[in-house]
Amino acid sequence: MLASKEISSVELTQMFLNRIAQYNPVINAYIALDSDKTLAQASAADVRIANGTAEPLTGIPFAQKDIFCAKGWQTTCGSKMLADFIAPYDAHVITQFDTAGAVNLGKTNMDEFAMGSSNETSYFGGVKNPWDFDRVPGGSSGGSAAAVAARLCAAATGTDTGGSIRQPASLCGFTGLKPTYGLVSRYGMIAFASSLDQAGPMAKSAEDCALMMNVMTGFDERDSTSLNRPKEDYTRGLNNMQGEQPLKGLRIGLPKEYFADGLDANVAKVVQEAIAEYRKLGAETVNISLPNSQLSIPVYYVLAPAEASSNLSRYDGVRYGHRAAEYDDLMDMYMKSRAEGFGAEVKRRILIGTYVLSAGYYDAYYLKAQQIRRLIADDFTQAFKQCDVIMGPTAPSTAFKAGEKADDPVAMYLQDVYTIATNLAGLPGMSIPAGFSPSADGKSLPVGLQLMGNYFDEARMLDVAHAYQQVTDWHTRTPDLTAFEGNK
Amino acid sequence: MALNITDIKRIAHLARLEISEQEANQTLTKLTGILGLIEQMQAVDTTGITPMSHSQDVVQRLREDIVTKTNQREEFQANAPVLGNGSTEKATDNGLYLVPKVIE
Repeated sequence: MLASKEISSVELTQMFLNRIAQYNPVINAYIALDSDKTLAQASAADVRIANGTAEPLTGIPFAQKDIFCAKGWQTTCGSKMLADFIAPYDAHVITQFDTAGAVNLGKTNMDEFAMGSSNETSYFGGVKNPWDFDRVPGGSSGGSAAAVAARLCAAATGTDTGGSIRQPASLCGFTGLKPTYGLVSRYGMIAFASSLDQAGPMAKSAEDCALMMNVMTGFDERDSTSLNRPKEDYTRGLNNMQGEQPLKGLRIGLPKEYFADGLDANVAKVVQEAIAEYRKLGAETVNISLPNSQLSIPVYYVLAPAEASSNLSRYDGVRYGHRAAEYDDLMDMYMKSRAEGFGAEVKRRILIGTYVLSAGYYDAYYLKAQQIRRLIADDFTQAFKQCDVIMGPTAPSTAFKAGEKADDPVAMYLQDVYTIATNLAGLPGMSIPAGFSPSADGKSLPVGLQLMGNYFDEARMLDVAHAYQQVTDWHTRTPDLTAFEGNK
Repeated sequence: MALNITDIKRIAHLARLEISEQEANQTLTKLTGILGLIEQMQAVDTTGITPMSHSQDVVQRLREDIVTKTNQREEFQANAPVLGNGSTEKATDNGLYLVPKVIE
């Protein structure tokens, strides 16, 4: 529509800004908005469209997770620690969107330092799930998730350390992809657990995710773990997904551990129906096993806090971030600034990380976890000898109610039971809308199907997701926000 | 390896986090639960397994030893915190950051 000039980028952007003004006060998806900056980008995009230099994303309004530094924008990472931080430079991901001519609508809410699965740890308050305002959108990319689901942006960015793109995609009913570790530069992306963090697209469809992947991926020498590989076109296979059985010959692995105890029966039913649809598309299914996958949560809760305790040691109140109003000496300034600037969950993870790395415990915890991490990765290597893509549920349940798990970290951590293993192995993972499940109080809540692929197999995963989205319409369903007008 | 309240205070000090008596007690309960989850690892025999620190088997890249950054001191110092202890000024002076005196 932008290319055919039916609508200008400024008009499209203004439409989203109007929706944000209407719904964001309730949903709380955005932390920072700056309509002057946003509309200036839209005007610049319209110039590019007029003079014929537009690219596929030119003029499209995106929401950016508040974990990405964007020059001149408040960049908080959901924390009081960075509440007044104005980024002095652009993250690589932001530069890539800017260069493509995309429009930045604003910075989205998130769990503090991306630590959470419900967006309830944010210093800027919780986010409402657009499908049921009593429920959480998932996390940590909860603001981006609610913005995509409520159509408060065309699409959004997220980051995924243990499931933070896929779990909210499942709970809010849209398509989200965590790429292979190293494909998207982490430069300017505020660090949580550096060996696991990876940015990716959150959008309505696999096709939109593919277009975003074309912009987000690529070598960047400023990230020491950025992989130097030739650029790929992630849309290249989408048009082949036509006809009766476009997936003939595809082998889908079904890990028995992903369909065992702990999975909600209604979620299991929806996932099985999606897999049946895949068989109709020509795919065959293979029973596989990922025997060490149930260890991924214990391993993750050693490695991620260990890395976080190191990464977050930079927040000392000296050069930027929160500094206590009153303090005695330098040590007192550190202790008070950090105690005041971090929320409870972030402190817990810093303490776990400090403990598992402390003298006398390193071998029993950190080293042991790294050894089991290899066993988990090896399980996938074995599995991909028998299949091309692995499928299962993204999350063990549909969206839960705000407050339900907020005081029980262990129950919250189990939300990521099916997503963490791919982070540990560095593999790509995806969640696509697969249907709805009724809740006990009569709500209809989205369910996500998870796709896991081999290293650098994102293009095939997007094809596989696209094939499903050609014959189903789950990804086009939108929540009825008018039902919540009275909730303001 | 059960934690006690002295451990919590010691770890909090190592992590440079001030912690009240009440917070330490709450933290002990929560951390004990989380460590219970982590203990599941101990049932696995990992003898001879090479630890995996990273998903990609790559070596550290080196770059040419040339200047790539320009001076952005003023932009960076714009984010300096407020000095505190009664002052509402930024904690900077002549391009330096101000902290409590550490050398007498």
